[in-house]
Amino acid sequence: MLHTAPSLLASAAGDHPGFLSPSGVEIAFLLVGLATLGAAVITVTTRQLVHAALWLVVALGGLAVEYLLLTAEFIAWVQVLIYVGSIVVLLLFGLMLTRAPIGRSPDADSGNRWVALGVALASAAALAWVVVDAFRTTWIDLDGPVQGSTAVTGAFLFRNWVLPFEALSVLLLAALVGAIVLSRKRDTDTSTGTSTGTGTGTTSRPGTPGKEAQR
Amino acid sequence: MHLAYPAVLAALLFCVGLYGVLARRNAILVLMSVELMLNAVNLNLVAFDVWLRDTLHSGQALTLFTIAIAAAEIGIGLAIVLAVYRNRGTSDIDRLRDTAETDEAERLPDTAEADGAEIDGAETAPGRADGKAGKTKKAEATT
Repeated sequence: MLHTAPSLLASAAGDHPGFLSPSGVEIAFLLVGLATLGAAVITVTTRQLVHAALWLVVALGGLAVEYLLLTAEFIAWVQVLIYVGSIVVLLLFGLMLTRAPIGRSPDADSGNRWVALGVALASAAALAWVVVDAFRTTWIDLDGPVQGSTAVTGAFLFRNWVLPFEALSVLLLAALVGAIVLSRKRDTDTSTGTSTGTGTGTTSRPGTPGKEAQR
Repeated sequence: MHLAYPAVLAALLFCVGLYGVLARRNAILVLMSVELMLNAVNLNLVAFDVWLRDTLHSGQALTLFTIAIAAAEIGIGLAIVLAVYRNRGTSDIDRLRDTAETDEAERLPDTAEADGAEIDGAETAPGRADGKAGKTKKAEATT
């Protein structure tokens, strides 16, 4: 892996044009990237919370198109399925369950937004400068066999990465159990804790009527 | 394709997500910004994997792992946000100052109620604080 990079770099820098004559894939990547970046900016700046989630769909879908342009087909479809299909739906459910206002909410941004803008602009300038300076003369060779098709993905995932894959399934199970435990109603587990509940109920008698009245 | 295009796009997306994490007040919007940052990292991983032509395809495998971990993270995060909303009635991040150590945080009404509920119950906190402290105490008593 390490020894192929300089040779790729040397061969790619010789027979490729510069920035002034971009190929069709580059133009498509640039346009989709601008749309993605604009959607991301609207996501973090809009004052309507539901619109933020819907603009996030545009940003994530644009990233899926970018994966397709980078010949990583399987990851593009996984992106569409998991991010656009489930995570945004989960976020919309979360907005709905926390009773987010439908219209414009004036306090969507906290008081330190100018500090945040400064930090984000500074890090964007630094990162973009470093990245452009480092990879100015490197090109991705998109020709040849497709590197991210479903066959290739299945081969490397279940041949080389099968043990981390199984560990990841255990992590997903743990996250599922954790989410259920966290979001369970507190009233349902009073039956399981009756032995301790009676002990504390006798000691903290004055708090109990208020609790029942509020319920 | 020039490698600088996906790299610069990933850097800018990461910084947009960074701005969202720092500037947003609603916890769910902060989670959306975290998703943007994770996606920027995914784009970097895919671009460098395609560039290096790795035989193990580490970048794409790590992208799949990141997507799965992001799904787990959003599930746990939303469960925590919903639990906080059920206990406190708000999901604004800068109102959750129970563990803040500054002086003005101790004078906020939310922390006073929480302290009253933790120390000696609802009967010492007067007025409006009685309801919220009792609510917190209910959550603690039925756990």
